[in-house]
Amino acid sequence: MPENRDVACLLQNKEEEDLAKVRSVDLNTKVIEMKGIVKKFGDFVANDHINLTVHKGEIHAILGENGAGKSTLMNVLYGLYRPTSGEIYVDGVKQEFDGPGGAIKSGIGMVHQHFMLIQPFTVTENIVLGMETMKGITLDMAKAREEVVKLSERYGMAVDPDARIEEISVGMQQRVEILKVLYRGAQTLILDEPTASLTPQEIQELIGIMENLTADGKSIILITHKLKEIKASADYCTIIRLGKYIDTVKVEDVTEQDLASMMVGRNVTFKVEKEAQEPGEVVLEVRDLRGYDYRKVEILKGLNLKVRRGEILGIAGIDGNGQTELVEIITGLRKAESGSVTVNGENIFNARPRTVFDKGVSSIPADRQKHGLVLEFSVADNMVLQNYKKPEYQKHGFLKRNAIQEYAREAVKKYDIRPADSALKPAGTLSGGNQQKVIIAREVNNDKDLLIAVNPTRGLDVGAIEYVHRYIVEQRNKGKAILLVSFELDEIMSLSDRIDVIYDGHIVGSVAGKDADENTLGLMMAGGTHHE
Amino acid sequence: MNKKINILQSRAFLTLVSIVVGFLVGAVFLGIMGYDPILVYTTLLKGIFSRPRFLAYSVVYATPLIFVGLSVAFSFRTGVFNIGAEGQFVVGGIAACIVGIFVDAPAIIHVPLCFLAAAAAGALWGVIVAFMKVKWGINEVLSMIMFNWIAFYLSNYLVDIPAIHSDGTAEASKNVAASARILLPEGMRQILAPTSNYGILIAIVFVVLVYLVIEKTTLGYELKAVGFNKNAAEYAGISVNKAVMTAMAISGCLGGMGGAVHLLGMGERISLFSAQEGFGFEGISVALIGASNPIGVFFSGLFYGALKYGGGKLNLINAPSEIVKVITGTIVFFIAISHVFKITRRKKEGK
Repeated sequence: MPENRDVACLLQNKEEEDLAKVRSVDLNTKVIEMKGIVKKFGDFVANDHINLTVHKGEIHAILGENGAGKSTLMNVLYGLYRPTSGEIYVDGVKQEFDGPGGAIKSGIGMVHQHFMLIQPFTVTENIVLGMETMKGITLDMAKAREEVVKLSERYGMAVDPDARIEEISVGMQQRVEILKVLYRGAQTLILDEPTASLTPQEIQELIGIMENLTADGKSIILITHKLKEIKASADYCTIIRLGKYIDTVKVEDVTEQDLASMMVGRNVTFKVEKEAQEPGEVVLEVRDLRGYDYRKVEILKGLNLKVRRGEILGIAGIDGNGQTELVEIITGLRKAESGSVTVNGENIFNARPRTVFDKGVSSIPADRQKHGLVLEFSVADNMVLQNYKKPEYQKHGFLKRNAIQEYAREAVKKYDIRPADSALKPAGTLSGGNQQKVIIAREVNNDKDLLIAVNPTRGLDVGAIEYVHRYIVEQRNKGKAILLVSFELDEIMSLSDRIDVIYDGHIVGSVAGKDADENTLGLMMAGGTHHE
Repeated sequence: MNKKINILQSRAFLTLVSIVVGFLVGAVFLGIMGYDPILVYTTLLKGIFSRPRFLAYSVVYATPLIFVGLSVAFSFRTGVFNIGAEGQFVVGGIAACIVGIFVDAPAIIHVPLCFLAAAAAGALWGVIVAFMKVKWGINEVLSMIMFNWIAFYLSNYLVDIPAIHSDGTAEASKNVAASARILLPEGMRQILAPTSNYGILIAIVFVVLVYLVIEKTTLGYELKAVGFNKNAAEYAGISVNKAVMTAMAISGCLGGMGGAVHLLGMGERISLFSAQEGFGFEGISVALIGASNPIGVFFSGLFYGALKYGGGKLNLINAPSEIVKVITGTIVFFIAISHVFKITRRKKEGK
């Protein structure tokens, strides 16, 4: 896999730098042992006899699809849930936690996916919160600051102890979260999807930090569904599928392909099959677009882009650089200040969503539950959300229920939406992946000249991702123009024919999809200079 | 096993349980106050069922409630909360009353004209509020509560105008013309009740109409989509503002019709109010008990109307007629919390 080489290469450099710190897993010391953990919610078995052993100095990945039971297992370990049955040993001593307090006391710390930091407080204040050092009855912030600096230097985590959280980058916020856990004396750190919102450079830094920590004898449990990161960092990997323990493997003995197959329970292809294709005429053209975000801050600062027929244009960028607003403006949900937007030469600047749709734009929204679906409506009703007024589906203002249901049944079959009889079920009862398939079925069936897809696979597992990618490429092959906005760089790189990088409201660079490499893109995403 | 759970969780079953609980709680209160619950309830039931006339009265009481119930239920289904049915009911009554007094026409034209005026007035009352919501973002619940009072004082003001005020001593308007009334023929009224009227038939027609609009039409589809998820509706190109205005217009229209049916049926004229009559608020209870379903609203309207009528009989045995409000209040309470239980359970299972 070509994109892996860069990471491996970078890693190697990293290792050469840190040759002094040779880390080794101490297989004789088990810090965490979970045996036969069962957790039931009513009749639903979220964890079914799961075993997990973590040694001193080990990075142990927990891999599983969405809803496989990873978070449940970690919540059991962190004391948030009581297991229905099973035993937990920490440093060989059997533990029964009543809550996170007990877990923290025995040296377990958790960094949640969504940071729990107080925005107006400084880094130091956040780290010591709840464990403040006192001088008499006043806070001794000077001493606290000193300790924070010492801790951050020890593990090579650059943070500014006096900066306010609202001023610092996501990567630094994450380091603050890790320091917070270390400050409380954690020996084992649980990191829940830690790379979800990081740039490739920040991910590299995080891997470096994890290595420093384990070199110092800490252990790390890494919850993720990103195979590449597991390969790049973890020693062992435990795979969970549908709440059941599948296996624990030594990461260096397996390929990403093996891991994926174990996770989903079937063979998965990563490679998106895509034939070279000469793009046709321009479908979408955005010129000098300026617009504000919801806080009335200028977020698009004269953006230009073009998408042609038979081409997938990927927009790479870190969340918050204007991509959300760009898509909202194109689709008519947000008004822009100035500029122009045309589809097939027709003006759709600040047009209403209906007009945009009629002029040939369909889109897969970023938030499937907020914008994509009416969860209370049946799958069938959702399938005609834009088209219910077409003569196929109504006559004299009365809906043709049978036609709508027939249409939905076909889509359910064609797009493998599960359960197979879901056409009449409320969309809200479907799993996230199948909800996404409903939207994709609807938007692809709309067969418009331009398909906009925003994070089309967010939160989906590899199996579902494969389907989604296949349909997007199919549309491209049919000569449609595709605008793909995604925070997953891998997705952008594997699908796009051309990649535009968005930073601070501009397109700062454009590369051909086949020439793209993660590092250059990452640098451009971070504003052209190395982040921090 | 699964079927059993389905029945136990079905809305109809929960409603029945809530009704039973409502009566039990009422019995406890009666017991505390020193009344014999069995005696009170037998009096209540006898007061409703023992004679055809009583049943006929119950239907007369129920008819306007079915309309306001439909009004509120329609708003619930389309994502707005019509707490202003009270005001729409009042302006509907005023409009029907004015047309009923001043227009001289044969019944076949006069009655529809009165209803049309009432529907238009109610719709206008709803649309003004909806307009303020979509244009300036003014919370519809607040403005509707105020509009209820505007309607209240408007009614009292109009009743006081000499041209409208009764020629007699009553603090009320003139009676509407006989051609505007919707009473049943004299002979039938002698068997049933003196105020028995065609209103219930009109109500049935509107129950069916509302059902068709909500369930079968593109309009209902649009309004429901906006009600459930206005973001997704907007994304799909449905105009949210237009939908909110339309929903409030239809809801207001039904509230106004309630006012008309009340006036042209049993009221005959508008009295000077000393307090809000509370039809709009009873409509909320009716809609909740009827699970916001038009057919459910029809039956819950009959139920509520019967209790309202039968409750009046309790004074005969010196028991407080307010006990009926305790019962209906408890029913609404239990229906509401049973939904909460269902939702939390679903969430837990989801995790």
